[in-house]
Amino acid sequence: MLRSAMTWLVGLSLSVAGFAVSAEWGVNMRPGVTEVSKSVFDLHMAIFWICVVIGVIVFGVMFWSMLMHRKSEHSKPATFHENLTVEILWTVIPLVILIVMAVPATKTLIEMYDADESDVDILVTGYQWRWQYKYVGEGVSYFSSLTTPRDEINNISPKNPNYLLEVDNPLVVPIGKKIRFLITSADVIHSWWVPAFAVKKDAIPGFVNESWTRIDEPGIYRGQCTELCGKDHGFMPIVVEAKTQEDYDAWLAEQKEAAAKEAELREKDWTLEELVARGEKVYNSACASCHQPTGEGIPPMFPALKGSDIVLNDVQEHINTVVNGRSGTAMAAFGKQLSEVDAAAVITYERNAWGNDTGEVVSPLDILNFKDGQ
Amino acid sequence: MSAVIDHHHADHAHGPAKGLMRWVLTTNHKDIGSMYLWFSFIMFLAGGSMAMVIRAELFQPGLQLVQPEFFNQMTTTHGLIMVFGAVMPAFVGLANWMIPLMVGAPDMALPRMNNFSFWLLPMAFGLLLSTLFMEGGGPNFGWTFYAPLSTTYAPPSVTFFIFAIHLAGISSIMGAINIIATILNLRAPGMTLMKMPLFVWTWLITAFLLIAVMPVLAGVVTMMLMDIHFGTSFFNAAGGGDPVMFQHIFWFFGHPEVYIMILPAFGAVSQIIPTFSRKPLFGYTSMVYATAAIAFLSFIVWAHHMFTVGIPITGELFFMYATMLIAVPTGVKVFNWVSTMFRGALTFETPMLFAIAFVILFTIGGFSGLMLAIAPADFQYHDTYFVVAHFHYVLVPGAIFGIFASAYYWLPKWTGHMYDETLGKTHFWMSFIGMNLAFFPMHFVGLAGMPRRIPDYNIMFANFNMVSSIGAFMFGATQLLFLFIVIKCIKGGPKAAANPWEGAEGLEWTVPSPAPYHTFTTPPEVK
Repeated sequence: MLRSAMTWLVGLSLSVAGFAVSAEWGVNMRPGVTEVSKSVFDLHMAIFWICVVIGVIVFGVMFWSMLMHRKSEHSKPATFHENLTVEILWTVIPLVILIVMAVPATKTLIEMYDADESDVDILVTGYQWRWQYKYVGEGVSYFSSLTTPRDEINNISPKNPNYLLEVDNPLVVPIGKKIRFLITSADVIHSWWVPAFAVKKDAIPGFVNESWTRIDEPGIYRGQCTELCGKDHGFMPIVVEAKTQEDYDAWLAEQKEAAAKEAELREKDWTLEELVARGEKVYNSACASCHQPTGEGIPPMFPALKGSDIVLNDVQEHINTVVNGRSGTAMAAFGKQLSEVDAAAVITYERNAWGNDTGEVVSPLDILNFKDGQ
Repeated sequence: MSAVIDHHHADHAHGPAKGLMRWVLTTNHKDIGSMYLWFSFIMFLAGGSMAMVIRAELFQPGLQLVQPEFFNQMTTTHGLIMVFGAVMPAFVGLANWMIPLMVGAPDMALPRMNNFSFWLLPMAFGLLLSTLFMEGGGPNFGWTFYAPLSTTYAPPSVTFFIFAIHLAGISSIMGAINIIATILNLRAPGMTLMKMPLFVWTWLITAFLLIAVMPVLAGVVTMMLMDIHFGTSFFNAAGGGDPVMFQHIFWFFGHPEVYIMILPAFGAVSQIIPTFSRKPLFGYTSMVYATAAIAFLSFIVWAHHMFTVGIPITGELFFMYATMLIAVPTGVKVFNWVSTMFRGALTFETPMLFAIAFVILFTIGGFSGLMLAIAPADFQYHDTYFVVAHFHYVLVPGAIFGIFASAYYWLPKWTGHMYDETLGKTHFWMSFIGMNLAFFPMHFVGLAGMPRRIPDYNIMFANFNMVSSIGAFMFGATQLLFLFIVIKCIKGGPKAAANPWEGAEGLEWTVPSPAPYHTFTTPPEVK
């Protein structure tokens, strides 16, 4: 407690000092990099200026009254209290303004809803707390998780400019093509938002939502999950890398090759050390946010794995829990999220980390046999 | 002859009982009104403390004071307590105190039910707050508690949360029934509906909204209860349920709910602005119709909270148009208030300062509301700090300033003393500056892309978050001054006349200050 108070105080003085020099005082939405995002920006500015004009008139009259019609200036109040003509006027005029505004808004909305005839289809699946991208028909799929180091979050090392907006595997897309996003979720509701594209769509379990974009310029675009999805809602960013068609094709070919290699790994003979080393990485990306890097969890929501009876003894139940999850709890089914190799690695790691010294190896074949036996 | 008998009867009227049991057993509308107001103020401080925790954590990027799981409990309980524990009971308290005095009734129509509906509230919120100390923590799924985060993935304490909502809901429904019964049956002879003070009108309409939507809320939490404990799958997609249905039901309650929190403030401000402008309210009839129109529209706009869930384009367009329409009756109200001030003889006592700030800042909240109504633009605003800025602009200088204005306006009637005007004005200016510092920068960080409900953020949002936090601390601390002012006013101060305000009109100003324990035992005649 005292330590956190101290770091807070130090941070406070540091940030007050840095206050004047840092340049981030952005006050407005940015137009973005797609045709749609630019028309959204125009709508935003149009409605903003309409509000400003109405505000100037209404507040103008108010301030005029407050200055000129205060009792000391204007001691005899008028007695008028109704006028049908002005009531009708200030009902009809706003109505007309709204209709004028509704026309371009409708046009843009219809355009945003037209996801037909896409060139690239990407299935985006939200998980607590990372995104999965699957290139439909290409056999390429991977997870994208936060890479900001814990030390930056805990104020031990300085924060980099992409703090909390950086991932291990960004979504890669080609420019100039109509990209359709099919958005869904495997657990709770998330929302996939990239401001530069003006694309925000909820990822809802049991639903597949559609959205699309066509990006004009290569670049890296960042966004975040925008629907409260539990503990690490603030820690599941989105990074999109838009490449030229050639670069994209090369990248895709590389991914396909890597996927083929990954499949071969299943047949390999794994040693305990190899599995533990691989498992630690998997654990940190998929498990640690709930069960904690120390394996101690946050009971009762997220039980400890360190010293757990299942982890120490019951291999089959351990595999079952990882592969199928626990219904009615926050434990998700990782059977489809993790490859057999990764599942075997993480289970082996859990059975051999933090003093869980079982010395047992769970091989990819064990996982495969378990899945076949179901 | 009959006059003599009346007089004799009045001599034997009961005063308040002595001791603690007075408050437990009371059926007196003034006692119950006071209890509602005190309760809501305690909740305001509790919910406010949670806001302070939130703002302290967001003072700078990085995790400093609290962990994300606790942060989520703070945002959730802050919202729940402010909505159901602070704002709603404060308005019911004002209704209890003022509606009988304003319509010339001796008490509320259903005094025993009145007592019961109050005493449910401490139970409800005791239950809700106790969840924070339970294993697994309190509700952490946002005040909108979207399933399945609030069902399959909720902490075990969610059951207590559900029952707390049930109790608060029952209390609200009974309060609403009581208010409707009082207004429709106990008006003094001669007080036709179109002669009622606007505060009474707005509360009558609010009460109907409450009766319409609180059962819907009860329904949705009951479905959650079934999903959690009895194996149903209303909101569980894996069992054939529909998580989006949760949102439809919730917002069918939730949108009228936001008008429940603002309409009584409209009414109070419509009493206060004419008083201190020394000029009758402009467009009384159109004010009544505008309130009714807003209430009607509030039932057909709920899905504007759900523009990003993927409803079909026709639905999206319908809800966009309907939402934009709300600007029309709301505009009418603002124009009427401004016209009331125009060519009046204005003075700026504390209630008037709060009322004017209400009109200006609520209008700013209305503008951002209009921006949010534009569905394509909403894709950029939705669930960012822009929304947080929007609803705090309509709720803090809207509902809360409306309550402060009412409190200062009627304190002389309640206590028999004038409050300290200098302190009152200090309270106003500190609140005004603090609130704008806290919430205006949220528009900026929202537009720059900061999502809501996150405990940590990128460094590009750091500057404005710090400004927000400073403003929030200022606003929060200032409310202790309000407590001091009220206690000082109860304890003493210059004697208040029956009508302490030069321009005030209405039956409540015809009874002495402080209002006697029993008023209007003989109904007054309204011409």
